[in-house]
Amino acid sequence: MAVNKGASRIASRPEPARASNHKNNNTGASVSRSNTSDRISSYLAHHRVTALSSLQRLLATPLQSLLTWLVIAIAIALPAIFYVGLQNLQALGSGWQASGQISVFIHKRARPQAIQMLQAKLLAAPDISSAVYVSPEQALAEFSLSSGFGNALDTLDDNPLPPVLLLEAAVSVSSPEQLNALALQISTEPIVDDVMIDMQWLERLYQLLALGQRAVLALALFLALGVLLAVGNTIRLAIESRRDEIVVVKMVGATNAFVRRPFLYTGFWYGCIGGLLALLLLAVALFWLSEPVARLADLYQSEFRLQGLDAFVSLKLILASSLLGLFGAWLAVSRHLYQIEPR
Amino acid sequence: MIRFDSVSKRYPSGFDALSQVNFELAAGEMAFLTGHSGAGKSTLLKLITLIERPTSGQVFINGQNLNRINSGQIPYLRRNIGVVFQNHQLLFDRSVFDNVALPLQIAGYQRAEVGRRVRAALDKVGLLNKEKQNPIALSGGEQQRVGIARAVVNKPPLLLADEPTGNLDPQLSAEIMQLFQEFQDVGVGVLIASHDLGLIKRINKRVLGLSEGKLVHDGLLTAASYAPRPATETGL
Repeated sequence: MAVNKGASRIASRPEPARASNHKNNNTGASVSRSNTSDRISSYLAHHRVTALSSLQRLLATPLQSLLTWLVIAIAIALPAIFYVGLQNLQALGSGWQASGQISVFIHKRARPQAIQMLQAKLLAAPDISSAVYVSPEQALAEFSLSSGFGNALDTLDDNPLPPVLLLEAAVSVSSPEQLNALALQISTEPIVDDVMIDMQWLERLYQLLALGQRAVLALALFLALGVLLAVGNTIRLAIESRRDEIVVVKMVGATNAFVRRPFLYTGFWYGCIGGLLALLLLAVALFWLSEPVARLADLYQSEFRLQGLDAFVSLKLILASSLLGLFGAWLAVSRHLYQIEPR
Repeated sequence: MIRFDSVSKRYPSGFDALSQVNFELAAGEMAFLTGHSGAGKSTLLKLITLIERPTSGQVFINGQNLNRINSGQIPYLRRNIGVVFQNHQLLFDRSVFDNVALPLQIAGYQRAEVGRRVRAALDKVGLLNKEKQNPIALSGGEQQRVGIARAVVNKPPLLLADEPTGNLDPQLSAEIMQLFQEFQDVGVGVLIASHDLGLIKRINKRVLGLSEGKLVHDGLLTAASYAPRPATETGL
């Protein structure tokens, strides 16, 4: 500080000469001016400092912050888990699409010879690559093994399961129409009770998946709104608790942007770390599910394994979560900050 | 430096805080603003710092008509005015250093420059050895001096003080006033709102006396010329 203690006090009112002397004493101290590049670098430095101190502030009250982070994480992880589920179902569906499977249910009273004849006939057809016979006993044994209803099934007097021929269409039969035609042809056989094309439920699956996607989107939107409100309310409380500070910094010349900045960064950190936690929750959930899913897939002789989010989608999730936090903070700040002015 | 041109302020409640106030404070001049509670001292300071706007009339700071300043420009204007508060308005969540550094950080000074200026300001008020402490650990007089260091760290050409010695004993009050005089000595304009007439008399500077919103006195204070309150109330 260029305060010159030696300056003599002549009169209570300064003469013009004193006034100019004052300017000379304060060389370079022309109040609050600094050059442009200094300004930009100190502006960036302030952003860095504010970002860091906002994070430190959150970490200083770990429990409180963790609660908010968990709220955000759960709100984001929930639709993300459903999204991952849908993705996996879709992957599963597309895997099955390649093999046109037809289940031919035989009348229960059909004689074994008739079934064998049908099997041979179907195997001979050019459209069909394989025909596996599953007897009711086999089906029941397999079912009781994999379903866990073993004891309950033992109490049944009759085997409720019909004999089944599992057909696999030749590679040449790829479209649903061709499969339908084939199924129709098979259904005319006298001992055939019903023919089911897996394609059919595949189509239904796709319709359900489309529905599911809508539902997940709606859920995501609702929960995003929840995140906005949660962050907004938390930031509102933060603003309230720093009211004195806001008044002081406004009094010493802080712009609205300066006052806003720490709160926007706080919102950003809520969203960003909440998003990371959401990924963690998702990973835990997938890990927890992956083993039973793998076992289930093995039962179906499938190589299917549960797939998580890829890196790009994960990054987008964190970005979206951060933006949600930022936007939530912005809402709170624009609503509450202007009300706090020096009095 | 400061010019009030027929300034009146009526609050929404209908209370006339100031009516037709005219005065001019030259650059580097020191003056006291006095009057009993509710006479309009605080309102006058609020008009200078643009916390309030006049109902009529014009306030000029450095030749700039404050009526023409929009809300976005207010922060930049405030950076040219150091303000010392009665209750010092320090932030207890940070050190003395960080409290004083606040105006510089807001104005966007470089880190090294901030450190240099903050230490110079703390040195000036005699608190250089306390920069790392939390202001809550300081005495009332020390807290007020931190407040003064914060007000002058940006080297504003104008320093306003609202009852800066309101909570201090006479010895400390005299020290604080001595500080203000030292700032005036280097060309800073100083306007101090105070009702401590004893102190004001000893310093013998220009006095602006307000009573019920009107400027009733302008000049040096003599016993005959101005007595806004009975002597018993002011402790004279």
